[in-house]
Parts: sequence; structure tokens; C-alpha cells
Amino acid sequence: MSTLVLLTITGLGLGAMYFLVASGLSLIYGLMGVLNFAHGALITVGAYAAWWIGEQVGGGFGTRLLVGGALGIVVGAAVAALIELVLVRPLYRRPVEQVLVTVGLALALGALVQGIWGADPKPILLPDWMFDTTTVLGANVPNDRFVEIGIAAAVLVGLTAFLRYTRFGLVIRAGVENRAMVTALGIDVRRAFTIVFALGGALAALAGVLSGVYFGVVDPARGTSLLIFAFIVVVIGGFGSIGGSAVAAVAVALIQQYANFYASSGIGDLAVVMLLAAVLLVRPGGLAPKVAH
Amino acid sequence: MRRALGIGVPVGVLLVLAVVPELGLDIPLLFNGPLDSPGTLQLLALCLLFAGIALSYDLLFGVTGLLSFGHALYVAVGVYVTAIALTRWEWGLVPTLAFVAVVGLALPLVLGAVSLRVGGIAFAMVTLAFAQAGTVLVQKNPYGWTGGEEGTGLNYEEIPDGFVGVLNTKNLYWLALAYVVLVFVVVRLAVGSSAGHVWRAIRENEPRVEVLGLNPVPFKLIAFVLASFLAVLGGIVWLLLIGGATPEVTTANFTLALLVMVVLGGAGTRSGAMLGGFLYTLLDQRLGSLAGSSEVQGLPDVLRVPLSEPLFLLGALFIALVFFVPGGLASLPLRLRGLRPKREPLPEKAAA
Amino acid sequence: MTAALTVRDLHVHLGQSHVLQGISFDVPTGGVTALLGRNGVGKTTTLRALMGLVPRSRGAIALGGDDVTRLATHTVVRRGVGYVPEDRDVFAGLTVEENLRLAERDTDPRYELVYDLFPELRQRATQRAGTLSGGQQQMVAIARALLNENQVLLVDEPTKGLAPLLVTEVAAALSRAAELTTVLLVEQNLPVVQRLARDVVVLDAGQVVHAGPANELLADPEHIQRLLGVHGGSH
Repeated sequence: MSTLVLLTITGLGLGAMYFLVASGLSLIYGLMGVLNFAHGALITVGAYAAWWIGEQVGGGFGTRLLVGGALGIVVGAAVAALIELVLVRPLYRRPVEQVLVTVGLALALGALVQGIWGADPKPILLPDWMFDTTTVLGANVPNDRFVEIGIAAAVLVGLTAFLRYTRFGLVIRAGVENRAMVTALGIDVRRAFTIVFALGGALAALAGVLSGVYFGVVDPARGTSLLIFAFIVVVIGGFGSIGGSAVAAVAVALIQQYANFYASSGIGDLAVVMLLAAVLLVRPGGLAPKVAH
Repeated sequence: MRRALGIGVPVGVLLVLAVVPELGLDIPLLFNGPLDSPGTLQLLALCLLFAGIALSYDLLFGVTGLLSFGHALYVAVGVYVTAIALTRWEWGLVPTLAFVAVVGLALPLVLGAVSLRVGGIAFAMVTLAFAQAGTVLVQKNPYGWTGGEEGTGLNYEEIPDGFVGVLNTKNLYWLALAYVVLVFVVVRLAVGSSAGHVWRAIRENEPRVEVLGLNPVPFKLIAFVLASFLAVLGGIVWLLLIGGATPEVTTANFTLALLVMVVLGGAGTRSGAMLGGFLYTLLDQRLGSLAGSSEVQGLPDVLRVPLSEPLFLLGALFIALVFFVPGGLASLPLRLRGLRPKREPLPEKAAA
Repeated sequence: MTAALTVRDLHVHLGQSHVLQGISFDVPTGGVTALLGRNGVGKTTTLRALMGLVPRSRGAIALGGDDVTRLATHTVVRRGVGYVPEDRDVFAGLTVEENLRLAERDTDPRYELVYDLFPELRQRATQRAGTLSGGQQQMVAIARALLNENQVLLVDEPTKGLAPLLVTEVAAALSRAAELTTVLLVEQNLPVVQRLARDVVVLDAGQVVHAGPANELLADPEHIQRLLGVHGGSH
């Protein structure tokens, strides 16, 4: 029983990261129709920025994490906004070329990070209280898991509120449904594009920081592996749907954890992939109600 | 006359390529040694191999408009199944090749039939997912067959002597050349056939194909199986060239690299895809050596870092190409002459 | 007086098809101009071209005397164009109130006017637009366009698929709208046209084949039959 609890909470921690990456991807694809392969690179950039800034700031591990993390998010948002303005926006009516550009970026940025800091993982040092465990239903759960889950939950609430109560959120929701009609109401969607892309970048960077906490290291390959799972989550959860991403993220992460443990290591990853194939075959638009694009 | 030229150019190129191993030419900068040295021949063989693999991918993406992120899976299948059969199961060469051929037809048939139930981005995602499954399987190292991270060596007992040993690198070169010729001929014939016309039509405007009373799915499946089978064959050649199976062929970078090759050269044009595959491989290898050289290592950080990562340069080059030369390198001669390239742009959207 | 809308030699290609082959017409300020024609002649494409939603291969468009040919859709709209598309295109996932709020452009959106015309919308403000009936969605679509002051309203087949009672209601709303702004109305329902339109422009096969006062054309059933292929007069 305690193993199950530990697995579940750890799985939720993993799911938190998937959700953060997937929600950004989902909005970007839902609104802009761009499949952003560079998202993985944004995760990596955010993670390394947080690590590096943490090193510069020095002091206690908690401070490093907090300051590094916060600024890492800013860096992620800024880099994403820059990418959108310089590389994605000019290719507005050429969707395939937009995807290709993000592919090129994924390769280039990943290599750049590796060139600067090397391929070896960099350790992320956690404050003691995060190392400690709390007993839940007989399981000793490391506290950092709760941090990840808490942050993801806060983001979920925040994003949903943003979409529901702000004008930008209104524009984004409408744009995901019918972009042309939004312009026909006199609204310049391109500004929303930059905002959404930057938001995606911030979320990816946050996921990168959390991955450092979860795995204890930042490394250049993490972004890509998280990205693939995030793609799966987005497809299952439905493009443009935040709620869908949340549910799918939890489902994917839990299935992965359980299968990896109860069957054998690696089976979980296979199971998730099979789940994707199965969902797509039954419902090509994903599980969420189809949002018109 | 046109017809003669049409055949003439490829044949001419083929003849030149065929005699390369006999030439003692030294091309500085491009190659480390004279053309007939094993090192250079190995590199050239690799370039030719990828020209062929890129061409097989072009059949999927450039001709039929199917954006697949899982083509590398089939190369990996060729590599690993052959290696495992020869080395772990200790089969003979002929049974191995027969087995790989069967797998190379059956696997894409099954996976393709499943994947093609959806189209567009969903199709791309499913192919990526299947490729990822392959990666996981290799890492998992069932029964110790794949060797996980380390990969697995090749049992040379069953390989014909002509392909073993450094002195025989030129035979491997000719093998790679034979491979790319085979792919070229097969693709050319396929594209020129009536099925080929349907593929083109699917890429241009799939709904119209349906309106004409044709079901696009079987056609797409044929393209998928053919392209994948050619990739599997490429995997076998890769295995012989490299001398072992490594998980490198299962990485996301490898998959994306194929896409980059085809677009680099010019999607939808035979020569473009081959050129892209050849050049990308050449650049990747040479830039890699350049990166490790003492000259580059001695440069100030600002220059050293980007120059020591070939993928950075290739990625940046690729981005620049997408912006300024979307038709790929194959469209350059036309552009330089001030003409617009023949309307073979990237598909408007991935064929649904 | 400058026409509210001026179209000169407009050509539109959709794929291989030369849908609009050099149409020219004026929409005089004030009042309703009806754009008529059989199915498929290019009426909707004309409106979409005016909005910049389809690329224009050639020609010039002027809004209140200002050339808007090269402008992006949202810029044209901000100059004062209201659009009621053929399929209504209300945002199903948003509430009625959100649909309206999204359409706000001016500092003083005319909610009173809109709720006055369509009291039902006030009642259903928090209902998701996707759950509304066709007629109610039509009201939302028209209300959206009336919220702001516009130089011209482009309205595409507002009564299509509506029950007679609703047709009357929509026609009344448009009549009211016409008091406030110029309207270019695409409509197949001739009695509605008769009631609202001051001028008509008739398209056939991508070209203008007739333009003139509405009452002249509508008084001539044979002419109507030739141009539109339908019986003129009351249904």
C-alpha cells in the first residue's frame, strides 16, 4: 500500500512536469497551428539558466533555487518571445515551414547549450527540507514531490483564471476556436501569438527547473525526452485544452509509473506510447471535445 | 534529346562516383586524405548511404506529403535486426537477410496501416510515438540482444570476406553506391508509375483525390511500406559500414536529421533529397572533426562554442535555408538564373 | 457624397477558380444595398474579399473614400466595418456575453441598443453560445456587428434556415440597423430584400450583371426570373 502511495505521488510529480510542458504546447498549437519542436530546447534553456543563475547568486540552496528558478522562467519567456517575433511570425502563412524552423531551432539550441556547459549533467542542490520526507499513509514521500505538485496545481488554477477572466484569455479562447473570425472582429491576433508563445516558454522553463528538482540534475537531453511525452499528453488531452492537458498528464504519468514498477522498467514508456496510438485510432482529435481550428 | 540528357546526367554522375576509389586525388579541406584512402572512402560511403536514406524519406514526405517523424525507426530495424540475427542468434547471412527483408515489409505494413488511420499532425505524432517505442525497446535490452546503451558488435564470421577489413573499405564504398543507385532507380520508377501520380495528387490536394473516386489510404500505405523497406535496407548497409549497432540510430536527433536532409536538398525532387543527404552527412562529419581540432579549441569562447557543435551550425544553416531558400539547395541553380523554381514547394499542410 | 463602399475591378482567385472576374459597384451611404445572385456566383466571396479574408488578385476597394485594398483584415475592421458571416461563426465555447465583449471596439459599446433589439440575449447572457438555437446565434452575430459604430455592415444571408417568425425579427433588426449605418446585404429571400433594400447589385458567374434601384428590379418579375432564376413577387 505504501508503495502504491509513493508511486502515485511520485507519478503526480512527474505529471506536474508533463502538464507544464503540455499546456504551453497545447495553447501554441491550438491558437497558432504551430507544432513547436523548439519547446524541448526551451525546457533545457530554462533549466540551465536557473542552474547558472543559482550558481552566480550563491548562498543557501533554497535561495539559489528560488532566485534561479524565478529568473529562469523570465529567461524562458524572453527567449520564446524572441523566437516568435524573429523566426515564427514572418512565416505566418507557411505552417510547414514554421514547424521546420522549430526543428532547426531544437537542434541548434540543444547543441548550443551542450557546447557551453558540456554534456555532463549538472547537479541541482536542494534545501534540506526538500530532501526530507513526509509520511503519507505509511509511505515516505520526499517533500520536493509536493512542491512540484503544488506548483503545477497553482499554474493550472492560474491559467484557467487567466483564460476565463482576462481579455487576453478571451481572445485566446476564441482564437483557438476560430482564428479568422477573431480578426474579423478587428483584433490583431498576432499580438496574442507572441504572448502565448512567451507564456509557453515560461511554462517550459518552469518545467525545466522542476525537472532539475525532480531528477536532481539538469542535463541537455532532458528537454527532448520530456517533450516527447508532452506531445503524447497534448494529443490525448486535446489541442488547445488546458483541462484536457491536466487530466492527460496525470493519466500518462501514472500509467508510466505503475507499469514501470509493476511490470518492468521501460514497459511504462511503451505503455504510454501504445496509449497514444490507441487514443488516436479511436478519436483522431484527441479525447477533449474537438476545438475547431 | 531531352530524354537522353535525362538519363545521361545520372549515368555520368554514377560513372564518376564509381571510379572514385581508384583515384589518388587529394581534395584538401573537404577530406583528410586522398580519395582512395580508407578514411575518405568510409566518409564518402556514409554520405552516399544517407543520400539513399534521405531519398527514401523523400518518397514519403516530398512526394506523398506524409510528414513522418518515425522514418529512422526503420533504419534502426535494419541495423539492429541484422546485428542481432548475425551476432546473437548466430544465423547465416542468407537467412538473416531474408528475415530482415520480411520484417522490413511486414512491420511497416502493420504500423503503417495503424498510423494512416489518422492524418496530418496526428499521423506525425503516431509515427513519432512508434519510433519512441523502438528507442525504449532498444534501451531495455531484452535478453541482452540490443546491448542497450553500448550497442552490439557485429559477428564478422558470416559476412563475405570482401566486406571485412580496412583494405576492403572500397568494397563497402561500392556497396553504398549500389544502395543509393538501387533506391534511385526504385523511387524513379515508382514515382513515374500511375501510383506515383496518385501520390503527387495526394500531396497537392487530397480531397480532390477522393472526389475522383480513389481511396488515398492504400496508396499512402504503399508509399509508406516502400519507403520504409528501402530504409531498412539502408540500415543493413549502415551496420556493415559502421561495424556495429549503436543506439544513435534511435535518437530523436537522427529522426529529425532525416527531415533536415530532405528539406535542405529540396523536398520532392530526387536530386535534391540525395544532395541533402550527402551534404548533411559530409558537413556533420567534417564539422565534427573541425570541432575537435586544435585550431578551433584554441579560439576564444564566443567562437569556439558554436564552432565546436556541428549540430548548432547545421541547425542554424537549416533555419536560414527555410527562410531564404525554401525550395532547398536543388532550387538554387534556378534561383541564380533569376527563375522561380519549378513549383515544388513544401506541402501546404501535411497530407491529412 | 462619397459612397460608403467603392469596389473597382475586383478579381479573386480561389485555387484554380477565377471566382470574381473584375466586379465594380458602389454602396451608397445610408440605406441598404442588396447583393443578389444565384448560388455560387460569388456573393459570399465578395464580402470575404471586402473583409480581406480572401486574397485579392487585382482591384481596389475604398471605405468611405479611403483606399483599404492593401490593409489587413483587423485594420479594415477597425476603420468601421461590421461583419455578419454566412455561418454566423459565433464562438461556441464562449458565453453570449463573452461573444459580445470580444467584439467591443469603441470606448462606448452600444449594449443598450443591442439588448433593446434582442432582449433574449440579455436573458441568455451567461449561456454558452454553442447551446443556442440557430436563430439565437443569428441574433448574437448581428448584435456583435451592431455593438460598435460602423461605416458599413456586411451581412451575409442572415435569414438563411430561419423560421418565418425569426425572419421577421431579423429583418426588423436590420431595418433598425440601416437607420444607423450603411448595409451591404447578401440575401436570397426576396420579400426581405423588398422590405429593406434601396439599391441592388446582381452578380452572375463572377461578374456584375445589373445594378440599380431595388424597386425597379423587384417590380419586374421577368427580369428577376432571368437574373436570379426564381419567381419574383410574393412567395
